[in-house]
This record gives sequence, C-alpha cells and structure tokens, in this order.
Amino acid sequence: MNTLFDKIWDAHVVTSVEGGPDQLYIDRHYCHEVTSPQAFNELRERKLSVFRPAQTTCSPDHNIPTLHQDQPIADPVSRNQVETLARNAREFGLTYYGLGNKKNGIIHVIGPEYGLTQPGMTIVCGDSHTSTHGAFGAIAFGIGTSEVAMVLASQCILQPKPKSMRINIEGKLSPGVTAKDIALYIIAQMTTGGATGYFVEYAGEAIRALSMEERMTVCNLSIEMGARGGLIAPDETTFAYVKGREFAPKGEAWDKALAYWKTLYSDADAVFDREVTFQAADIAPRITYGTNPGMGIAIDEAIPLEDTIDESSKISYRRALHYMGFEPGERLLRKKIDYVFLGSCTNGRIEDFRAFANLVKGHHKASHVTAWLVPGSQAVARQIVAEGLDRTLAEAGFEIRQPGCSACLAMNDDKVPAGKYAVSTSNRNFEGRQGPGARTILAGPLVAAAAAITGEITDPRTFL
Amino acid sequence: MIEKINIITSSCVPLPRENVDTDQIIPARFLKAVSREGFGENLFRDWRYDKDGKPVADFVLNNPAYSGSILVAGKNFGSGSSREHAAWAIAGYGFRVVVSSFFADIFKNNALNNGVLPVVVSESFLAELFDHIKANPASTVTVNLEAQTITDNASGKTEHFEINPYKKSCLLNGYDDIDYLLSQKQAIEEWEAKHQ
Repeated sequence: MNTLFDKIWDAHVVTSVEGGPDQLYIDRHYCHEVTSPQAFNELRERKLSVFRPAQTTCSPDHNIPTLHQDQPIADPVSRNQVETLARNAREFGLTYYGLGNKKNGIIHVIGPEYGLTQPGMTIVCGDSHTSTHGAFGAIAFGIGTSEVAMVLASQCILQPKPKSMRINIEGKLSPGVTAKDIALYIIAQMTTGGATGYFVEYAGEAIRALSMEERMTVCNLSIEMGARGGLIAPDETTFAYVKGREFAPKGEAWDKALAYWKTLYSDADAVFDREVTFQAADIAPRITYGTNPGMGIAIDEAIPLEDTIDESSKISYRRALHYMGFEPGERLLRKKIDYVFLGSCTNGRIEDFRAFANLVKGHHKASHVTAWLVPGSQAVARQIVAEGLDRTLAEAGFEIRQPGCSACLAMNDDKVPAGKYAVSTSNRNFEGRQGPGARTILAGPLVAAAAAITGEITDPRTFL
Repeated sequence: MIEKINIITSSCVPLPRENVDTDQIIPARFLKAVSREGFGENLFRDWRYDKDGKPVADFVLNNPAYSGSILVAGKNFGSGSSREHAAWAIAGYGFRVVVSSFFADIFKNNALNNGVLPVVVSESFLAELFDHIKANPASTVTVNLEAQTITDNASGKTEHFEINPYKKSCLLNGYDDIDYLLSQKQAIEEWEAKHQ
C-alpha cells in the first residue's frame, strides 16, 4: 500500500534523525553557476572535498548570453560567476559542460537528454524547477545553497518527508491544448501556495497519454503551486525515452534497472494525504493575467471580478492588476503584446519548437513584436537545424538564439522593458521577473506562436 | 556555524502583502555574487527603490517609524525560486525572525539554515499583530524558541508555534546540518554498498 513516492523515498533513507528529518541519499546532483559558488566556498572553509564527484554534473545556464557565445561574456559580473563554476568544477573534479561545449544547456534540459535522469532516482539542484525530472518517476526537488554544500560534502541532505498528494487528470485533452495548459490550469485551481508541504503524483488518462517532454513541462511547474515536487510513474513511454541515451544503463545493467523501474508505481490501495481529480475536457489554452502563476484564466475568459477574490487576497489582486495594467473583468483576447519568449526549462525542448514552428508556418511575425526563440540546450539547437525548423522559422521572420535560461529570469541581456507585455512560455510572471517593470503573460508554445504572428493575444485554436 | 537564537524581543517591520516571492525579496539581477555577503542592501530592491535608485517613500523599509529584527509578512511568504540569497538578504538586513501565517517550503528551510527563524502564526493572530503595529510602530513581539511561543506584547496574547525538534536544537545550539552529515559517513558508505 505504498505510493510511488514512498517507494523511492524509503529506499533512499540512510538514517532518520530522532524526532527530526530523514537523511536522504542523493543519486544525482545538478549544479549551475548562480546557487553554487557559496557552497564551494563552504567546502574550502571546512577543508572538505566532494564526496562523490561522479554524481554531480555542472552546466552554466542562468547568466549566459544567447548571442555570441563564442566570445567572452561581456558583463564582468556574469562572466565571473560562470568562470567561478568552471574553476570550482576543475578544483573539485566535477563534470562541467561549459559554454561552447556541445552538451551545454539548461541543466534541467540536458539531464534527461543524456540519460543522467532516470526512474527511481533522487535528484536535487539549487533550483526550484528541479521538479522537471519527476517526469521520469524520480524524486527531484530544488534545494538551497546550504543544502548544495551538504550534498557535495556527503551526497545526502536532511529532509522531513513531505505529505503526499495525487492529482488525476481524467479523459482526453482537446485539440490545441498543451501540457503547459494542464499545468497552468492545475495551478489556478490549487492556487500558488495550495500544494505547499506536499509532493505531488500526477496520474490519470490525460497524463499517461503525454510524451516525456510534455510530462517534463507538467512536473516542472509543480513548484508554482508550492509543491516540493511532482512526479509521474514511469511506463513504456519513459523506458523508450531513456533507452540508448549516453548515460543510461546498458546491457545487463539495463535489464536489471528496467526490472526495478517496473515496480515503481503507486499500489492500488495506496493512500494519499490528499487526492484531487480534474477533467481534461475542462482545460482550454490558458494565459495568466496577474503576478503569480496561479492568477490564470482560459484564453477566452474574463479576468475575475474583485468580489470573487478572497478578502485576504484582495490587496495582492489589486496590486497585480495595477502592475499588469489590466482591469477587473477585462478580456485579454485581441490585447496588443510587445514581446514573445519561447524557451526555458518549462518549454524550451524540441517539441515546443516543433509546435511553435508548425503554427507560424506560412505566416509572418507581427512587425511590432520582438521574439526571442531560445533553445533549452545545444542538443535542441542542433535538432532544430536537423529538422529544418530553422528554415521554417526564418521564412516566418523568426531568428533562433543560443541556448540558456535567457528571458525567463533576465539575468543576461534578454530583458523585457518596463511596461511592455511579454507572452512567455517560461514559468514565472512575478513582478520584474523578466526585467524591472516587465509585464509577463505566461502561456504555452501555441499561444505564444499565435501571439507572435498576430501581435495580440490570440486563441491558437483559430489556426488549427 | 549558525548564529544561535533563543529569546528575541523586538519591534517589528510590517509587510502585509501575500505571496511575497523570492524574486521580490531579492531580484535575479542581484544573484551574481559569489559570496554570501551584501545581499541585505538589495532586500526588496524593486519595492524599496525606484528605477533611478531613489528610496520609495511609502515602502516600509524606508519608513523610519518601523525598525527591529522581526519581519511580519502576509501569508505564503517566500514562494517561487529556491535562491538562498533571499534568506541571506533577510539575515543580512538584520532580521532574525519572520512571522507569517504560511511559508513556502524551500524558503523555510533556507531561513532555518541561516539562523533566521520562521514563525507560523494563525491568520487571526497575524491580522491583530498588523493592527497593533499600525496603531503603534513601537509595539513589540517576544519570540521564545525554547518554549516555542510568540507573544504580541501589545495585547499580551501568546501563541504556540511548531518547529521540527531537530531544527530547534540546531538553532538553540548554533549547529548546522553539515556537522551532522559528516558524522554519518560510515552509514552513508554502508547504504551505498547495499544499493550498488
């Protein structure tokens, strides 16, 4: 009567602290330049080495420019942070996929690409979107820098076991509805803090039908409702994706791993602390109107009126609408937008580029729109060319930039100017997230594509 | 390795907003440092300063009436990014305690790992506390970690708060998790041997 989560968690408990957290063994640690330098400093101060260097993989992604990656990074502070990661990786003997390396990319995109992410693993990274890897039936979650130091020093962290929740999406998705829309729908229903303290398993017919990349999009956004992470039981879709990748088990090791992975599901009589069911048919293409990912609507809905908002949330609601320049009850279809961002660990994989390219094919980018199309990794960038998507996109007036986190959090030069509207396939619409004063409307790749060619919020189903 | 906490009595800085995310606590463009120092200067940067770098007069950190080592915030404080820089910014500014009716998980862990105590109170306690601070910015709160109590000294009302016993002992004694984990090397190696 164990849940999928229990099976993986319990298998990784080394000890339990009396009255306290579990000491959890970590199979895989991903590392980027922003949340790691202070952890390496701590190792040096305490004169510690990295306990299991082979289990950490480093890739700079947050700070890197998306143009001219062959040249030194112009911003000296960003350059220093990226060079610091390279130096730390060298000093402590860690794998490092730096700028120019053919495996460089957003850490949550490259882990799965190379088979580093596998079912049944515990995976951490100093980044809240580590939940992405839950798509493989792994326990994957974001940690702070002090915890990064713990993992480097001991391959373990201390964590209280979270509560369990299962979210079922029953039935089939309608045409034009993407994995991003599922996630934005769930977050709007649950609210931005509604799953805090829980680890979520996604299940149901609509989830089972998703590809691995779509599952990654859903799990990626688990943190946006406060969940510690989200995961999906591995199945034939998962095994087929992992098989043959560079760091996936081979030969006998594969057979042994596969036999174990097939035991990773929630037992029929497993009990969850909370269980929620939604109908796929209720999900339409979605957008956000406010300043957290829970403030979302179907693309053809109106922004809720103030009297539908909880008393304690009214201040935040008013503040959000003021920041976004929207009115209560306003409909956003036909609203003029200025920027489109396709990319990030949420929607920067090849299927996202295919979806975007298919929709814009035969059309042209609206002249007033600035579009940033940023592949999630070097491998995605190569695949775009291999499939000829770059030509389709170029004919429609779009350029492709170089891989990285880019405008998702605007640590590099890809900043949306104050007051401008950006339809963004990333994960957060917080105030200033895409640049000081920038106004972010979160959406899936199809909504982004439709907005890019019409220059306004447009229902992508009109192009199907 | 962390600063000990036991009993703190202080006036409070009120921030009655909900869902204060870590991008507001410390915006991403300030995450480029490679040390833990200096983040306090940019705490709530985009609420605290306008685009020309001038202090925003009506933001609470710029109001001389409010000071103290206790930050009181609306529910779901610290949501979003896992950046520990948010906890460093709060500690660096001089806060030792954050009071709210609800905290995001990763922020709570990060705060505890940096000697900042997150205290969860009931919605009604929080609402009254905001009223009392507004009525008298000099009114104080006492947090007693050993007893796990928080007292609103304006009314004398006391609430019990929850904290993991292990984390409590870490804060009372100034220990951190690395000390514990390093003492467990043998158990870790045994676990590895069993799971090869």
